Amino acid sequence: MGEAIVITSGKGGVGKTTTTANLGTSLALLDKKVCLIDTDIGLRNLDVVLGLENRIIYDIIDVAEKRCKISQALIKDKRFDCLYLLPAAQTSDKSALTPEGMIEIVEQLKTEYDYILIDCPAGIEQGFKNAVAGADKALVVTTPEKSSVRDADRIIGLLEQEDIDPPNLIINRIRNHMMKNGEMLDIDEIVQILSIDLIGIVADDDEVIKASNSGEPVAFQPNTRASIAYRNIARRILGESVPLQSLDQKVTFFDRLKKVFSK
Amino acid sequence: MIVAGNRCITIKGTRDGLILFMDDTCAFNDLLVELETVLMTKYLADDEQSIRIKVELGNRYVTESQEAQLKALFDQQQKFIVEEIVSNVILKQTALDWKEDTAIKLHNKVIRSGQVLEVNGDLLLIGDVNPGGKVVATGNIYILGYLRGIAHAGVDGNKSAVVAASYMAPTQLRIANIISRPSDQDKDGGMMECGYIDETGENILMDRMHALSRLRSELNAFERRILHG
Repeated sequence: MGEAIVITSGKGGVGKTTTTANLGTSLALLDKKVCLIDTDIGLRNLDVVLGLENRIIYDIIDVAEKRCKISQALIKDKRFDCLYLLPAAQTSDKSALTPEGMIEIVEQLKTEYDYILIDCPAGIEQGFKNAVAGADKALVVTTPEKSSVRDADRIIGLLEQEDIDPPNLIINRIRNHMMKNGEMLDIDEIVQILSIDLIGIVADDDEVIKASNSGEPVAFQPNTRASIAYRNIARRILGESVPLQSLDQKVTFFDRLKKVFSK
Repeated sequence: MIVAGNRCITIKGTRDGLILFMDDTCAFNDLLVELETVLMTKYLADDEQSIRIKVELGNRYVTESQEAQLKALFDQQQKFIVEEIVSNVILKQTALDWKEDTAIKLHNKVIRSGQVLEVNGDLLLIGDVNPGGKVVATGNIYILGYLRGIAHAGVDGNKSAVVAASYMAPTQLRIANIISRPSDQDKDGGMMECGYIDETGENILMDRMHALSRLRSELNAFERRILHG
């Protein structure tokens, strides 16, 4: 029996879809059978980030309305045999998906997959309720910005009313130099406000944007900071204890040499 | 001591007037009949000034209409002024309401953005109030944690209510009908602070928490409020 994890944030643009794609990839790299579900109906992105856009035939609404079998709608990832995507509908009516329909789909997938990652739409309306309905656990993504932390707080409040485990926190898009100068909320402050367990921090990395534009999640890359961060989170989801990544970028001998000469 | 020749009513004279002790075991109707005869009897000369009366009902509960009946009997006689009617018993519901209004309500959770916690009486919150969250109480609010949201004490208009927090950095502080917010410069908040309404009754002031013992000494004996009803 698998585990369903919803990835949510409240605010838009903080990196829910990127996080879903990368955690899915990282879990697949660790030989887990993973299914990703995009529940952002009308604004689907997860397929684009994974580079699977052109393979969509059926979507989650077709499954919910029984126009196709769930296995027909699932898209196998082009890199892994153990990573699948259930895409959102781009055109259908939003109200076609209900929490009951969602629970049914997730329960069905749980029998076959180790992990089901549900990409939640922004906001706290029907789409959020659908996404959360089938989940056993929740990951809340936030950036070190006040508005995003405020929305995360609201979402955690709503999650506490649901019948799921206390959510875990991912802080995304950390810019270390700004945090050090006190221009951004720092990690301790965010954890203190939200008072939930931190499961990972991800540095703001240009590679993430490059990777998602090329339809190749950054978690594939061997040693960028973001890819290591995502793989660490995946290991923590599996129950390993992995220390938090140091935010300081390593200063190499070459860098120091450059500094000497530039003086 | 004047004891009238009757069974249910004992009359006792004091410096302040008369106290009528009503037997609490007889039927209420018997009591009324007897009270009427007692009142009809002229003990007093016409030129005497009116007498204040206190009625002690003992362990008898009277409904509002029964109390009105009693008062009506006294009113027939111009000479008597009923000062108060006292009973040893109250309804269980009334007692529970008193308890409800005066007890300290303990809550142990984080009040997050969009959440509102409302209580009757005093609130003791073990946990934070986050920005966008709100706690409301008819009495005082004590927070063992960060107050970053809105706290509204004395919501029914109790201006002597206070708000105290381990860490005070509210978006707004409201007491009774007064609303205040920290100045735009003051972003950090303070440890162990309290907010209260000053003597003019128009401003909310902040102070160190230990100042409360001086400003609101009545907080120490909150049981007293039960006795005052």
